[in-house]
Amino acid sequence: MKFFRFSGLLAGLLISWPVMSSDAFETAVLSLNTRSFADKTVAANQLAAMEHPRVDLVLDALLEGELYSRRRSDVVVFATSLEAGGYHLVDAVTGEDLGDVGRRDVRKISVNNKLRRQLKGLIASRQLNAPEPDARIAAVEAISNTGDINLRDVIVRQKTVESNTSVLAALDLALVVFDLDSDDAAVRLAAVQASADNLHANVRVKLTNIAGDASLDEELRSAATNSLLAIEKKVSRYQMIETLFFGLSLGSVLVLAAIGLSITFGVMGVINMAHGELIMLGAYTTYVVQLLFPDAIAWSLFIAIPAAFVVSGTAGIIIERGVIRYLYGRPLETLLATFGVSLILQQLVRTVFSPLNRSVITPEWMSGSLEIVGGLSITWNRLYIFFFALMVFAALLLILQKTRLGLEVRAVTQNRAMAQAMGIRNTRVDILTFGLGAGIAGVAGVALSQLTNVGPNLGQSYIVDSFMVVVFGGVGNLWGTLVAGLSLGVVNKFLEPYAGAVVAKILVLIFIILFIQRRPRGLFPQKGRAVEN
Amino acid sequence: MLGKYLLDHETGGRIFLAVLFGMAVVVPIANLWVPADSFFHIPTYTVTLLGKYLCYALLAVALDLVWGYCGILSLGHGAFFALGGYAMGMYLMRQIGERGVYGHPELPDFMVFLNWDSLPWYWYGFDQFWFAMLMVMFAPGILAFVFGWLAFRSRVSGVYLSIMTQALTYALMLAFFRNELGFGGNNGLTDFKDILGASLQSDTTRVWLFISSVIALALGYLICRYIVNSRLGSVVTAVRDGEARARFIGYRVERYQVWIFTMSAVLAGIAGALYVPQVGIINPGEFQPLYSIELVVWVALGGRATLYGAALGAGIVNYVKTVLTGALPEVWLFVLGALFVLVTIFLPRGVVGIWRRRSNHGR
Amino acid sequence: MLKPFIKVCVLAILTVSAALANAADTIKVGVLHSLSGTMAISETTLKDTILMMVEEQNAAGGLLGKNLEAVVVDPASNWPLFAEKARELIEKEEVDVIFGCWTSVSRKSVLPVFEELNGLLFYPVQYEGEESSKNVFYTGAAPNQQAIPAVDYLRDEIGAQRWVLAGTDYVYPRTTNKILEAYLKANGVADEDILINYTPFGHSDWQSIVSDIKKFGSAGKKTAVVSTINGDANVPFYKELGNQDISAEDIPVIAFSVGEEELSGIDTGPLVGHLAAWNYFMSVDAEVNDDFIDSWLDFIDDEERVTNDPMEAHYIGFKMWVEAVKKAGTTDSDAVQDAIIGVSVPNLSGGIATMMPNHHITKPVLIGEIQDDGQFDIVWETSGSVPGDAWSDFLPGSRDITADWQAPLSCGNYNVKTGTCSGQVYE
Repeated sequence: MKFFRFSGLLAGLLISWPVMSSDAFETAVLSLNTRSFADKTVAANQLAAMEHPRVDLVLDALLEGELYSRRRSDVVVFATSLEAGGYHLVDAVTGEDLGDVGRRDVRKISVNNKLRRQLKGLIASRQLNAPEPDARIAAVEAISNTGDINLRDVIVRQKTVESNTSVLAALDLALVVFDLDSDDAAVRLAAVQASADNLHANVRVKLTNIAGDASLDEELRSAATNSLLAIEKKVSRYQMIETLFFGLSLGSVLVLAAIGLSITFGVMGVINMAHGELIMLGAYTTYVVQLLFPDAIAWSLFIAIPAAFVVSGTAGIIIERGVIRYLYGRPLETLLATFGVSLILQQLVRTVFSPLNRSVITPEWMSGSLEIVGGLSITWNRLYIFFFALMVFAALLLILQKTRLGLEVRAVTQNRAMAQAMGIRNTRVDILTFGLGAGIAGVAGVALSQLTNVGPNLGQSYIVDSFMVVVFGGVGNLWGTLVAGLSLGVVNKFLEPYAGAVVAKILVLIFIILFIQRRPRGLFPQKGRAVEN
Repeated sequence: MLGKYLLDHETGGRIFLAVLFGMAVVVPIANLWVPADSFFHIPTYTVTLLGKYLCYALLAVALDLVWGYCGILSLGHGAFFALGGYAMGMYLMRQIGERGVYGHPELPDFMVFLNWDSLPWYWYGFDQFWFAMLMVMFAPGILAFVFGWLAFRSRVSGVYLSIMTQALTYALMLAFFRNELGFGGNNGLTDFKDILGASLQSDTTRVWLFISSVIALALGYLICRYIVNSRLGSVVTAVRDGEARARFIGYRVERYQVWIFTMSAVLAGIAGALYVPQVGIINPGEFQPLYSIELVVWVALGGRATLYGAALGAGIVNYVKTVLTGALPEVWLFVLGALFVLVTIFLPRGVVGIWRRRSNHGR
Repeated sequence: MLKPFIKVCVLAILTVSAALANAADTIKVGVLHSLSGTMAISETTLKDTILMMVEEQNAAGGLLGKNLEAVVVDPASNWPLFAEKARELIEKEEVDVIFGCWTSVSRKSVLPVFEELNGLLFYPVQYEGEESSKNVFYTGAAPNQQAIPAVDYLRDEIGAQRWVLAGTDYVYPRTTNKILEAYLKANGVADEDILINYTPFGHSDWQSIVSDIKKFGSAGKKTAVVSTINGDANVPFYKELGNQDISAEDIPVIAFSVGEEELSGIDTGPLVGHLAAWNYFMSVDAEVNDDFIDSWLDFIDDEERVTNDPMEAHYIGFKMWVEAVKKAGTTDSDAVQDAIIGVSVPNLSGGIATMMPNHHITKPVLIGEIQDDGQFDIVWETSGSVPGDAWSDFLPGSRDITADWQAPLSCGNYNVKTGTCSGQVYE
């Protein structure tokens, strides 16, 4: 498909290459098989200028790291790795199927960053005629990113044939970036002035270089300085918003990790040291889901959320039935027993999944960032997790406030004996509450798998923070946990630029200690009789 | 009067003291004077190992004093232990003198290679043994006093207090990990050479350290026993069982709590100070909240509110750990975890509870 | 209650005596790597590597006519426990050599034990240098075998002019960054072009720091990040890099602690092109490497597993020890220490590794770029081997110090200016 979309235009633009025979193609492909990156670059440039139908395939394979050479015969091949080890080979020049070979029979043709950038530009320039405007914009950006002045002409030509306005805007922008290096002083000055609100990193690099280059004329340099100042001003304005978002995001992670604990600890009085491991189970569930459905990575998280809820919830119920029910009324002893459980769960995971971290893939829709305006962008995964935390919180609140279970849970919390006297089955409430808290921990694990290591130590790193959040917010108060988590996150992030990551955390801890002296029952203390227990 | 407090305790305590006395006599003889190929020879490896257990036991006794008798569950006692250890470690570092790898007369190696010009002020005085020993007690003691005074005065209690002690040790851990603080960062203090002029690598010094640990544990036990048998002990037990009631009767509850908490921290500090020369390293890992939780498990496993039970628990858990990390390296955490769970469920009064219940039945 | 306790004691005694009875027929190889706790993630593989090497050596007829026997213990990522277990291995199990440790602090913790009991330790991880012990053989890279060539590469080949030195706050990054800072300044880099940042262990929230790096990098000059971030903190760091759209082409990150094994736990898609500097990559094109990979995959029975640099270090260390024992004709510690200096064995990248008088070895330095299959493409390598330098020339404290364990010097930290050898406790 891709190779029919060839533009005759391009061939003429680039260093003209008269021979279009497949001999030349074969020579160029074979000359990719060298250790020198400079030679590879030359060969890639030659290839890009050819009309041969397999050029796109070869360039793509080179970029994706699927181009290999066969040992001893120097044939260049496409290799796809096989499930059972080894590779399936297809001749790069002829497309002939060469069958399967072992790992040791082929050698990869490697690419370095410089060549990769070039390749992206070359491939993009071959796609300027793509039917979708978005693909053309992406192509223009890729060309602009190469910074390869030879490709400027490609942009100029494209401008004459392009009709879509947004593509045209992208082309203009790319030209401005190219013109920052122009030899024509007037063109360069215009480009410098036009860059005043361009926050792209490349542009700033070039402007700074111009401003600092004493050999250039004064007018150009002061224009560059002015543009830089304008950019700086914009950047620092965004910084506040960014820090606030970072804080809320950190806070939402804390809330997610702590909210399950807030139920088991706050509502049931169980100090569950295995809470972190329940989070870990959730994260591993995500891993297993992705393993089971390798073709549905985009959907994996939606499958993983209920799955993790069930897995961790079940684990929680087993812990409740097997251990905790013998310990009601002895809250501190639940700490000891669940500490034992947490050791067992950790080692279990280590035995089943190996002590190595497992790789959880971030689905396409969660990677990258959302650019709100130029220079201010928010990463998608953080944004989703923030809203996800709020949703989990809201769901939990609904359950506790609006359902029969919630009513019973609140009754048991306030007065166990009285609740029983009113006909509430304590045992059932205990099981369900603990299962709910554990299930939420599992759901938190799904979110954390997108941010951090999925390994046996995952739980340990969150357990202490979770307890801090719950206690700071006030035991037994969901709103307290929400406010505490978010505010601790924000405070931490605002301290970080001044104090550094470690000191910021220490300061937050000291703040919590002192705060608890002032308000011994947290932000939102429980009222009434429950306090006395 | 004093005799009444010391002797008026249970059989368990007497057995405990007798065992300690026996160890203090047998171990040095078997290590130093019994020939190495004899069946009765105890290798130095075992002596330091036992010394380590004894330090842990003292730490456990200190925790039992506040938890078992005052009902204050401290999840941060590891911090006091580590502070005592650091004070001792600083003395030992200063003793290295010019024998560091860079041969600097004053600065410890880690300061030389991080380009410190001079000794920070808080390292002054640690070349004197008496000063270091004072600090072993004062550093944890003052911290515990300040923390306790703030916490108990504003009536922070129960889980809140536990989590605050955890925050304390967590914050200290983060702080000590920082290289800027001048305590060697993650590597901590190591490569000690000698103590009071005697080489730390000689068997005689090891035996002396071992004997000191036995004595410290015995004294620590007796002090705690004295405290809990005294009027002070009765008051704090009353506070444990009904804080509000004790307050209404007219006791200044927080004063008793602060005093016992500080006392316990000092004992923990001494345990840490004896621990460091025997294991040869002190680093911020000792501040880890998980270590402090594990410490609580020792006490629970041995038996709360008996003092000797705590010591026994520390011994059992650490012995099991030593054996299993060698014999069953892949599965020892399963065994340890299961042990914690089973003991909590089936032996709510710990291991000594079995024996106590049996003797109660006999009566 | 006493019964099980006694049983355990009896069992322990039986095991020990059985071990003692065996001692005559076998040569014991101690393995001191954490199998639980935070370091298990890295160290378990090294334990398996040694087990494999022992098996292979036995299949090849053992050593000095005896079989090798591996003794594995678990120091559980607990530093004092490392010292205890080292003592247990040497004194109780009477092993002849120990392969072990990963973190600097674990090595520092066992060091006095090895020096006191005159044991042998092969330490396989790249480290900060500033040490040379009579009893330790450092088969990982010293800073001049990893950090400095990496910076040269970034400066000469990538054209980096601004530097972010980001590390976990412990001694290896601190020292490496100190050395690099001195090196960069000596090469004319201005103060404001160096940003140094330290984070705690297991740091998981990298938003602000990555955004700072991005800002630092967009201030005009080509910027590169030198990362000495350790272990668990890497995954969230790289995830954040990917999400904040920092591509290797804009701001390349070169890491000293991220190898194939660490990458196997990360989705490498967004990381393609970021760099790492090591002395070995699994993708090295050499016959001996292919053999090693084959036998490793065969031994571990899992096609997905990878090999990495510390494994190669253990491979070299083990081969060197075997050669030295053959040369000395005994496993006696002093004899092996004498014999091993100058021993050369093939490394896995097709060259030769030699044990030098300072107990470090010669290594080639390779720079690799991360690929989306979790492997590295080697984009640069030193022309020959670089000898490891125990004492850095770029730190004021250690400039005048050298290590040479041959007579007549026999000193790990000889000060050439004052002519003294301080802090030696042996003999």
